Amino acid sequence: MKFSEKWLREWVNPAVSSDELAHQITMAGLEVDAVEPVAGEFSGVVIGEVVECGQHPDADKLRVTKVNVGEDELLDIVCGAPNCRLGLKVAVAMVGAVLPGNFKIKKAKLRGQPSHGMLCSFSELGLSDDHDGIMELPADAPLGTDIRDYLQLDDVTIEVDLTPNRADCLGIRGLAREVGVLNQADVNEPVIQPVAASIDDKREIVLSAPDACPRYLGRVIKGINPLATTPLWMQEKLRRSGVRSIDPVVDVTNYVLLELGHPMHAFDLAKIEGGINVRLANENETLTLLDGNEVTLKSDTLVIADDNKALAMAGIFGGLDSGVTDESKDIFLESAFFAPLAITGRARQYGLHTDASHRYERGVDPQLQRTAMERATQLLIDIVGGEAGPVVEAVSVQHIPAANQVTLRQRRLSRLLGVEIEAQQVTEILKRLGFDVEVSEQDAQNVWTVSVPAYRFDISIEEDLIEEVARVYGYNNIADQAPVAKLTLGSAVESDVPLNSLKQTMVNLGYQEAITYSFVDPSVQSKLFPQIEGLVLPHPISSDMSVMRVSLLTGLFSAVSYNQKRQQNRIRFFETGLRFIPDQSAENGVRQQMMIAGVIAGTRSGEHWDLGSDSVDFYDIKADVEMLLAKTGRAGEFVFSAAEHSALHPGQTASIHLDGELVGHVGAVHPAFQKDLGLNSRVFAFELLLQPLSSRVLPQAKELSKFPANRRDIALVVDEQIAIGEIMATIEKCSVNQLVGLNLFDIYRGKGVAEGKKSVAVSLILQDATKTLEEQEIQAMVNQIVSVLADKFDASLRE
Amino acid sequence: MDLDAIISQAETLISQAEQPDQLDAVRVEFLGKKGKLTELLKGLGRLSNEERPAAGQKINQAKQQIQQIIYQKGEALKTAELNAKLASEKIDVTLPGRSIEMGGLHPVTRTIERMENFFSEIGFSVKTGPEVEDGFHNFDALNIPAHHPARADHDTFYFNPNLMLRTQTSGVQIRTMETEQPPLRIISPGRVYRNDYDQTHTPMFHQVEGLMVDKNVNFAELKGILHDFLNHFFERELEVRFRPSYFPFTEPSAEVDVMQENGKWLEVLGCGMVHPNVLRAVNIDPEEYTGFAFGIGVERLTMIRYGVTDLRSFFENDLRFNKQFK
Repeated sequence: MKFSEKWLREWVNPAVSSDELAHQITMAGLEVDAVEPVAGEFSGVVIGEVVECGQHPDADKLRVTKVNVGEDELLDIVCGAPNCRLGLKVAVAMVGAVLPGNFKIKKAKLRGQPSHGMLCSFSELGLSDDHDGIMELPADAPLGTDIRDYLQLDDVTIEVDLTPNRADCLGIRGLAREVGVLNQADVNEPVIQPVAASIDDKREIVLSAPDACPRYLGRVIKGINPLATTPLWMQEKLRRSGVRSIDPVVDVTNYVLLELGHPMHAFDLAKIEGGINVRLANENETLTLLDGNEVTLKSDTLVIADDNKALAMAGIFGGLDSGVTDESKDIFLESAFFAPLAITGRARQYGLHTDASHRYERGVDPQLQRTAMERATQLLIDIVGGEAGPVVEAVSVQHIPAANQVTLRQRRLSRLLGVEIEAQQVTEILKRLGFDVEVSEQDAQNVWTVSVPAYRFDISIEEDLIEEVARVYGYNNIADQAPVAKLTLGSAVESDVPLNSLKQTMVNLGYQEAITYSFVDPSVQSKLFPQIEGLVLPHPISSDMSVMRVSLLTGLFSAVSYNQKRQQNRIRFFETGLRFIPDQSAENGVRQQMMIAGVIAGTRSGEHWDLGSDSVDFYDIKADVEMLLAKTGRAGEFVFSAAEHSALHPGQTASIHLDGELVGHVGAVHPAFQKDLGLNSRVFAFELLLQPLSSRVLPQAKELSKFPANRRDIALVVDEQIAIGEIMATIEKCSVNQLVGLNLFDIYRGKGVAEGKKSVAVSLILQDATKTLEEQEIQAMVNQIVSVLADKFDASLRE
Repeated sequence: MDLDAIISQAETLISQAEQPDQLDAVRVEFLGKKGKLTELLKGLGRLSNEERPAAGQKINQAKQQIQQIIYQKGEALKTAELNAKLASEKIDVTLPGRSIEMGGLHPVTRTIERMENFFSEIGFSVKTGPEVEDGFHNFDALNIPAHHPARADHDTFYFNPNLMLRTQTSGVQIRTMETEQPPLRIISPGRVYRNDYDQTHTPMFHQVEGLMVDKNVNFAELKGILHDFLNHFFERELEVRFRPSYFPFTEPSAEVDVMQENGKWLEVLGCGMVHPNVLRAVNIDPEEYTGFAFGIGVERLTMIRYGVTDLRSFFENDLRFNKQFK
């Protein structure tokens, strides 16, 4: 809501500066977003009258004028505006004037004609963006008066960002009340007298949906002057409130909206067939709105209709056909109360948001309709003339919101705020807010029974009153306290692996943490994960952010591509976060799982004097994954197997299982996607469920053997196809209890090993807890292992 | 040959020895089985009983003298040898180590971790929850009924009228209160979403919400804890103001501004006393218990803390940006 400070001060004028005022209302909960001057910075501009106006001898578009500014001599001024004419009252920048932008007016000659000043347009004075010719001032504007004084331009527009509960402040009247409370200053409400009917014309009003519209006032005004213009003072007030002047009828309804916070609407009486019926729309009924768009109405939408058709969308937007035009002679004025629930969400449903819907959604004062009607009538008759008929009021009293009565207990007030406020001060604050207050005593504590005026319908419970008291008392006058609570130990579960510790592991491995959006480009995701249909956002920011990610990899790949395009060649990123898999068996039909994922690309190490410049490969990222898995203390139980993954290279991808459950994958990005993803080098990636990594085993210490360990190296020749991981797992499981260590130290192919075979060299560390192993015992163990491998893999010892 | 001549000859040879084996040869020549002094000792038998002790003593003295010189020379040679070896092993210790480059946490994570640390020190536990949320947890239970204007103000990403991306992490508070009884002290960090994208808004950002519910939690304590938090977070005394505001789930409500170095107030968080309807929605009696709640914008605090000027840089994942946070 924007308003002019001067307009507010007509209602309430505390002795505080503009800055103080802005601070005050901000601290009362009406946050001031901006304070802007209403005009540009200028001086030396006065009111003048064009007393001669002739054609410039040498320029078609220029006029040579003499202007009277109330001084002895007339001023010669050359003017190029098409609306410059004899007898016009104008704004004259005198010689020596300074216009916005530090533009100084000097004596000049324009095509040979002297010009001692300038006739100004609104835009030249920083009053609007309107460039159509020079300002036309009213005929009674006093000559020689400074235009700043005449238009009261030493004013600011204050913009407040109102919270939804303070609909009462969506008008000068409410703001003035609030400022009055804060300053203990009186509010000078303008006297709004009823305008007596001078004609009998009226229209009947039927409330067909009294819960949605419990009060509707209508009034006929006949014989208005369609050529009348809105007075400058009103135009200026509207302008300073951010509302454009349109025509006097619309301007008056807008003026009342801004002044009283009450929306009004005017119909062309000639277009209303019969009476007014406030009813719900028929399904698929159509209505052409004032902006020219035709809408198909839904049956939850309240309309103002006549006997035959919908005229307007109630409380939201007028209809084009029934709207007032510059040919309308007779009008029908509406002032109604629509229930917030009947309006809320409706405007948005049609893609609309109007000043009226904004107020009705939040709620207008249910007792204000008649005042608004009388105010608008008076203003209209003053400006456009005409004769007013009687006010017809249709009301369903039972549906008018009752004024709230709320009880405030002193003990509750102190307990919730943590401060004792003097009872008398509480009473005072409540009264200043315009509440009717009755004080009583209960258990030696004060109890306030508060009747809340209709315009403060946001106050309905005790806490609302507590906030009112605290707000006016001043939040910053409540002294800080340290919270008091019982000291209880939290449950620090040792077997939990905190997420932060996994993240730190990645950081120590040289990974930079990324945070990518949870919504991704569906065209990319569906290529990488064709088997999963992600959750689609019906109204995304953009199409490339329109589907929920089913994997963190899509976002990470695009982060790699983004950086590769910026000459970053060595990249290591990780991310943690949810993935979203549609799943009817999950809560709300979405399985939301925490994942940890990483990507690497470029050289193994940064450019280094000794480390070479090899590119990363599968075993680099696998090592990083193994580090993460090691945090669980169960590294050996995670099983890597060759696997397929839609986004990854079929020959360089492993699945990772724990206890038979899939934990995730690690592998190279599928070369087919490299180009689609905008990757300019090989990229390796992993993605794991976080849950299996989130707990670790508690260590159980074992007795150390006092006897020597023995190392035996064996080289096994096996078929090329056999996965070494399986050989190692088999050795570990072949029930040689004395095997305490197992290491792979060489893989050899070539001379001495048959084609299609490989030689795998492992070291076995054998040790007994109770004795020194004899040579023949050691040999027996080695033989047992070799024989198991021979059976299972057709492995033979290399000669 | 007399003893003095032998000693002098030995001294000359010892001083000339440059290697341990040369020194050893000298030792053999004088002290070995057939060495010159050994020969002299063997010759003692030819002397009379009266002469023998004195002569023997002299020879032994000479022997000890030579042994001593050989020992000293030997030590000197060893030292020289070690020094030569050390000299040959000298390296350039200014060359960079053979390490991997350290990564770094995202600045948003840094901020969240610091907040978790502050609040866990005073007994708050960290809770997380789903980001695709239902209407009950995101709105209804938070006292935002279906047609409340706050729903429209939230720029919610809806999947359908009852399913949306959470607009605040408050749903986690509801989920916690559904399963746990007061006293409660929790914070819930995480991603939240609003359908808005410009220089000062990203459609996804992070919040840390806090909740404390107990028998006598009050507004002055809320002020105290937040004031403390801000001072600790920025590690300086900040000018802070509490400004009345409105949230459907708290009453009274406040927004908190901090004074920036440019002399302007900046809003950093919203807070208030938990609305009784919120407590009732999770079957906590608002007459018995009171609570406060606050929601802190993580990005905004991070921007102030680390001098980040463009909100969007948090989610571009430009390594040149991210790597500044080690």
